[in-house]
Amino acid sequence: MQRIVLPTVLPGALPVQQIQLGAIDYSILVVYFAFVLGIGWILRRYVKSSEDFFLSGRSIPTWIAGLAFLSANLGAQEVIGMAASGAKYGMMTSHFYWVGAIPAMVFVGVFMMPFYYGSRARSVPEYLRLRFDEKTRGLNAITFAVMTVFSSGISMYALAKLLELVLGWNFHASVVLSGVIVLAYIFLGGLTSAIYNEVLQFFLIVLGFLPLVLLGLKDVGGWSGLKEKLVPVATGAGYAPGAWSSAWRHLGAASDNPMGVEWFGMAMGLGFVLSFGYWCTDFLVIQRAMAAKSMNAARRTPLIAALPKMLFPALVILPGMIAIALHNSRGGLLPLGADGTPNYNLAVPALLAHYLPSGLLGLGLTALMASFMSGMAGNVTAFNTVWTYDIYQSYIRPGQTDSHYLRMGHVATVVGIGLSVAAAYATSRFNNIMDMLQLVFAFVNAPLFATFLLGMFWRRSTGHGAFFGLLTGTAAAAIHHGLTLPNGAVPGLKGGFLGTVLHTYPSEMAQNFWTAIVAWSACFVATIAISVATRRNKSDEELTGLVYSLTPRVVDHGLAWYKRPATLGAVVLGLTLVLNVVFW
Amino acid sequence: MNLDLRLPMGLMFSIFGAMLSVYGFTSGPAIYQRSLGINVNLWWGLVLLGFGLLMLFFAMRARGKEPASPGSP
Repeated sequence: MQRIVLPTVLPGALPVQQIQLGAIDYSILVVYFAFVLGIGWILRRYVKSSEDFFLSGRSIPTWIAGLAFLSANLGAQEVIGMAASGAKYGMMTSHFYWVGAIPAMVFVGVFMMPFYYGSRARSVPEYLRLRFDEKTRGLNAITFAVMTVFSSGISMYALAKLLELVLGWNFHASVVLSGVIVLAYIFLGGLTSAIYNEVLQFFLIVLGFLPLVLLGLKDVGGWSGLKEKLVPVATGAGYAPGAWSSAWRHLGAASDNPMGVEWFGMAMGLGFVLSFGYWCTDFLVIQRAMAAKSMNAARRTPLIAALPKMLFPALVILPGMIAIALHNSRGGLLPLGADGTPNYNLAVPALLAHYLPSGLLGLGLTALMASFMSGMAGNVTAFNTVWTYDIYQSYIRPGQTDSHYLRMGHVATVVGIGLSVAAAYATSRFNNIMDMLQLVFAFVNAPLFATFLLGMFWRRSTGHGAFFGLLTGTAAAAIHHGLTLPNGAVPGLKGGFLGTVLHTYPSEMAQNFWTAIVAWSACFVATIAISVATRRNKSDEELTGLVYSLTPRVVDHGLAWYKRPATLGAVVLGLTLVLNVVFW
Repeated sequence: MNLDLRLPMGLMFSIFGAMLSVYGFTSGPAIYQRSLGINVNLWWGLVLLGFGLLMLFFAMRARGKEPASPGSP
């Protein structure tokens, strides 16, 4: 959930016990780099056209597209950030998966993919041009391009900072090394190479972190032992004993749980607006499904991704919960910050150092680096496509040969990595600027899902409606943020910058969720109102394949049940419901 | 796509598995105090080796079925 939770930029240097790596650990790292680069090298001869480079020639096998869909987003923010949230908020963090990601992934697979894939659009902004108009596409393309570069830069910064902190590696060397490797394999093999490596990284992340989780669980005495050890964590912070180990039980009121959110803000803000907004409209993930080899494969891509995704809390949230339980019962696992609170961001590195001996430690660190690199590569491949097709080909040099755009794709990859490096250094210099940019991105992103929902399911929505609806939603987000504050914060980046504070939220999380709800609602209402007031700019014929009521249904009869997206989606939702109930 | 990903993936995890289990076999028990006294390198190395070989097996089987697949590396 890359752009939803981005508070992961690590705070300044803290005294951490550094990990010593042995020869075996370095060897594992070197073998991994060799394979990553080797895959790019082998795939380079399949890149003959721009479609090969940007969309993998639409020929990726379904299971690979599905795992890449999952892994492209499995960046630094997920591995480090979700463990940090697990330590800070406990089991409630699972809502990012079981309320947020999974239902949204089912929705995009079953309902939205027919229009993305069926329209033959090459990117999400291009879909917006086909459906609405040029200005809506331009707005989306430009904000998206800027956002991906900064996201990838933040990923790079976080990786380098972490390696500096934990291994004592040189910050500049880490930035250059990670940048060069990602550049090399994308430059050689384009999206295919990024996707193949994402799948490799997916298995590496799972197999690299699993022993950590197993050892941790064994140490705390299994799930029941962990629950017991989390009781003093919860009561010590002034909550009910089960506040850290149950997902829903303490969501009745915002004051009952450490996240400071109540069930409505959680379900609507995180679940409906933010998660659907991310998984259904973000080209970074949609691109993986667009590369699939057929309509059916494209629709199943997010559904196949959802199956392992629903088990990810065990891999990324559980370590955080184990870390805080150990920190609380044995003391001193997590380094303390200046204000005396533990540094939650270091939960995963601290556990790696605590449990893994030389050998497995190398594997765990390689998995950590893999997660950062797949996040970075996801952003760079999305950036070079949107830049080349939606900005360069549309506004700068239209009508060139395909090989011209393929060359541009290579150039855009180099420039994208270069800009990421610049963004990484900007982050290390000016933390405030990055916080501000992330805030602006949040404002821009929050209303997007309303635009897509209306565009795909209401044929009367117009180009003017979409464009000005988006602007209204963004403005509404900024105004809401400017008039509210999380508890205990001073006016500024955290909100309240419009002078008066109308409402104080119990937590930053609650404020973010409600900002999203306000932005979505404003965009939804404004788009409808402006659409009704303006003339339609696309005829029914032009909208065929782009809007639900004007598109022939995809026929799934005669396929095995596991190949029918609707059936698969129902299975996924059923299993998610079971998980919600089990960890209620 | 002409490259079967299971091939490089199986190879990589087999190498990781072999490296870890050999290292686990030869390293002394002192370093396993932190991992609760379990020789995790040996055991997890064998798991990785098994996973890698399984991937290779599937890749080889698919290859045997389609001998005409053009340009396979």
